[in-house]
Amino acid sequence: MAEPLLSVRNLTVEFPSLHRIRPAVSGVSFDLGREKVGIIGESGSGKSTCGRAIMRLHPGRTRITADRMAFMGQDLLTLPERQMRAIRGHRIAMILQDPKYSLNPVMTVGEQIAETVILHERLPRRAARLRAMEMLEKVHIRDPERVMRLYPHEVSGGMGQRVMISMMLIAKPALIIADEPTSALDVSVRQQVLAILDELVTDSDMGLLFISHDLNLVRSFCDRVLIMYAGRVVEEIAAADLDRAQHPYTRGLLEALPSLTEPKDRLAVLRRDPAWEVGA
Amino acid sequence: MIEVKDLHVSFGANHVVRGVDMTVAAGECFGLVGESGCGKSTVLGAIAGRVKRWQGSITAAGSALRPERRTLAQLRLQQMVFQDPFGSLHPRHTIGRALSEPLEIHGIGDREARIEQALDRVGLPRRFRFRYPHQLSGGQRQRVAIARALILEPKVLLLDEPTSALDVSIQAEILNLLKDLRQQQGLTYVLVSHDMAVVAHLSDRIAVMQNGTFVEVAPRAAMISGDLSHPYTRMLREGSLGYRPTEKEAL
Repeated sequence: MAEPLLSVRNLTVEFPSLHRIRPAVSGVSFDLGREKVGIIGESGSGKSTCGRAIMRLHPGRTRITADRMAFMGQDLLTLPERQMRAIRGHRIAMILQDPKYSLNPVMTVGEQIAETVILHERLPRRAARLRAMEMLEKVHIRDPERVMRLYPHEVSGGMGQRVMISMMLIAKPALIIADEPTSALDVSVRQQVLAILDELVTDSDMGLLFISHDLNLVRSFCDRVLIMYAGRVVEEIAAADLDRAQHPYTRGLLEALPSLTEPKDRLAVLRRDPAWEVGA
Repeated sequence: MIEVKDLHVSFGANHVVRGVDMTVAAGECFGLVGESGCGKSTVLGAIAGRVKRWQGSITAAGSALRPERRTLAQLRLQQMVFQDPFGSLHPRHTIGRALSEPLEIHGIGDREARIEQALDRVGLPRRFRFRYPHQLSGGQRQRVAIARALILEPKVLLLDEPTSALDVSIQAEILNLLKDLRQQQGLTYVLVSHDMAVVAHLSDRIAVMQNGTFVEVAPRAAMISGDLSHPYTRMLREGSLGYRPTEKEAL
């Protein structure tokens, strides 16, 4: 690939506080092309902080530094807020974990989806409505006409997540950041939502950054995986090769996971090595 | 140890559990899996006495349970461990106080020794009894919740998603602990979870629940090998193995 969609070098995110603390993310580097890249990590490992830093969604006092954070040749670090707004939701979209909390409760589903194209593409209301309807059909919602008029509390979790996906994809972004997009969903619905995401990413040639704590899911869904521990990427590996991971933390995670296909009598307990935190 | 016959639970017009039969032998671990809203936690609640209006019959250790009232001895027989160790411990009670409360309710003496013994059993240092929940990590809190359940020396532990709020590495510790405790003390478990791998790891038999009924009760080996009769069980099993691109056609 000539130029990656997103190129991050030495990204560090610090939240200032009274006491000086360790940065939430430090020295993260990766490139993302038109592919599905997963970020795995336990809670507090900085995986979501990474995703939010790319979108510049952190509060104003957060210190984000990087040698480079380029999206399609634009430097996301120095871009004025006004232009950043044009990228957010338009060129880079973000899917969040729980549709219950991420959708606007006082706007109908249709209005919310249409809002994106009204803002970013200045489409007239009627055309935007049609686009929203098409989009709902694309995420396999059977009766889009009816669903458009519903409020978020009237739709199920799986449908809510599909609504959020359609809202994010309507502006045809080049990059999607999905932060635990299926963690709040039941198994049966999860497969559907992933299939839709897979289909849309492949068909429209987008890049996907998939943030998750679920090893099995990332392994089977993504092309490449970054494993994060204490704010650092400790290992980068092709998803298919995850079983052959080298880093002791990755190995520890894999062994700690109860498995349906290869049952173990006792699960290995992860021994944390302080050296991992300083990037050994 | 536990026998449930034709259990029905309704909340208003909502018929949540529709005729469940299950028998759990002493020392067995019985797993219940299903998706949200299938009624698995309600079954557990009815056995525990948290759900107070049900029809059918529940027998625990040979004594028939009544929906609305239980004797202290019946309550002591079975203890519950909840999903969220952040919500299930009183934030302003020390660990020691949380552990002594069940003893006070049941009028059991020798509390100091019992509290220390309970902490030992779950692998926590004794000095932890002077701490507050916010000073503990998620895994340590879940150990406290297990210690609190064990302090009354029950025969049955009712586990409602005991590791769902925990990270993978912490989950492994708690699952190992639960496995050890069952072996050491001959406990009987009823384990509710949405995670097929967790349930298969601990349970001898696994019931799959959908819309308030059991669609299948399979032994552990069948769940692992995939030798299952009901399509819903197969779907849940496939789903827990990760993403299958072939699902696309099924839409």
